[in-house]
Amino acid sequence: MAEMGELMIGLYVFALATMAGRELITKVPPTLHTPLMSGANAISGIAIVGAIVVTGRAEGTLQVVLGVAAIAMAMINVIGGFMVTDRMLGMFRKR
Amino acid sequence: MNLTVLVELTYLLSAILFVVGLKRLQSPATARAGNALAALAMLLAIIATMVDAEILSWTGILIGMAIGGVIGGIAARTVEMTSMPQLVGIFNGFGGGASALVAVAEFLSNPAIGAGTPGVTMLLGTLIGGVTFSGSFIAFAKLQELMTGNPITFPGQNGFNLVLLVVGLVIGATTLGAFGFLEPLTAFYIFCGISLLLGVLLVIPIGGADMPVVISLLNSYSGLAASAAGFVIGNMVLIISGALVGAAGLILTMLMCKGMNRSLANVAFGGFGGSAGVDRSQIGQRPVRKADPEAVAAELGYVNSVVIVPGYGMAVAQAQHELRKVGDLLEGRGVDVKYAIHPVAGRMPGHMNVLLAEADVSYDKLFDLDEINDDFGNTDAVLVVGANDVVNPAARDPGSVIAGMPILDVDRARRVIVMKRSLSPGFAGIDNDLFYMDNTLMFFGDAKESMADLVREVRELS
Repeated sequence: MAEMGELMIGLYVFALATMAGRELITKVPPTLHTPLMSGANAISGIAIVGAIVVTGRAEGTLQVVLGVAAIAMAMINVIGGFMVTDRMLGMFRKR
Repeated sequence: MNLTVLVELTYLLSAILFVVGLKRLQSPATARAGNALAALAMLLAIIATMVDAEILSWTGILIGMAIGGVIGGIAARTVEMTSMPQLVGIFNGFGGGASALVAVAEFLSNPAIGAGTPGVTMLLGTLIGGVTFSGSFIAFAKLQELMTGNPITFPGQNGFNLVLLVVGLVIGATTLGAFGFLEPLTAFYIFCGISLLLGVLLVIPIGGADMPVVISLLNSYSGLAASAAGFVIGNMVLIISGALVGAAGLILTMLMCKGMNRSLANVAFGGFGGSAGVDRSQIGQRPVRKADPEAVAAELGYVNSVVIVPGYGMAVAQAQHELRKVGDLLEGRGVDVKYAIHPVAGRMPGHMNVLLAEADVSYDKLFDLDEINDDFGNTDAVLVVGANDVVNPAARDPGSVIAGMPILDVDRARRVIVMKRSLSPGFAGIDNDLFYMDNTLMFFGDAKESMADLVREVRELS
């Protein structure tokens, strides 16, 4: 594994996760496509992990400002995305 | 077990929970729990990062999280369901922007990054994130009607975009130390500017009616940008979650294209979706049969089966609550009521379903095109509210501009009632033969008022 290098492992992970995503998402019924999209949106807020890493080790002022902006934007996605998805899914009731 | 292993295992658990959460989105009954699982996965990933990362100062991190959390929370609580496409659009932009900034900050802390893997992934992250960021703002502005919804085109547009992309790639290579005609830092700033400009140029030629495709595509990009940021900082959970989102957005993009019978290339480069340059002189000149609310109530109230087809006009008029009352009253009279929803009925995938769910329509009464199209032949009456192109039988005519587009076969029902403001054409800009058929009644008016009138008239039926 060590010789394979981080990039190669990353590419394997990316390819397999994409395939898994395809299998998962094609089975989501059309009626849930909007919550699916806003939920996926929240998940793309995972960039917050990267934002915390770069902000934590930032030394120059510019890097700190960019890092904080990245954290704020990712956090809008995370909190806003999961909350609005929950709000929508709460409306889907069967009578 | 040492801390690094524990952190890595937490990331792994987080990735697994994202997958399980998405899996639960496959049914309305489990979807809410699935979303909560995905949120838990996010929380775990954030905690693991905070434990693991070498953090010089917490101040900025906590300030950023507080600002973002408050803005996101307020937006999520206050947004109208009709504005959901704009909200998702702007959220896509923030996701892409965050990923781009991660790549940018990484470069600034190491401008001599060189032409290796870290350099290339950094450029990719900046490019995809930048395009997503600026493109999403344009999509937001179009949906929010801050700018024209018509395509903005100029001669040689696609060629210009291509040249710009090539220039961007050359400048990008310079950033990594190739060619050497620019300082890496200067080259990088130009590269950032080109990325943002490309995002704008890719979205302006796309018309308002094609926004479901664009929103889906930008959703996909925001995932890919997160994946690229994962490659930049070497974090698997970013790569995995980004890939999941990328796949989701791509599938929805393809479904939306299929719903309009267009290829992605045609949407992206066709400049379609506006109403410019269409000859409208012959539209709406033929006689139609009109009906008042009382007559419509009588048509719907004494039959066995009614299918309701809501379109974007219904959403614009906010008529979904009155429409649901009509459906409930008919059911109370023993009529079998179903709702038929076209894939591109709203402004984003599944938008119409959310609007009806908000109005308290039970989700097992919502049917998509494939589920319901065979039933129209056995349906007594169809009530079309504010829909046009998606029920236009011209789609079966190979010579029509909408030839081949999947439509709801409402014309096969015994009686069709079309509630519309006027005979004006839909986004495709063509006349609709459905309106002039023998079994069609036109019920003109504002959707909300007309449905309120209909509620009153159905109540008065014996």
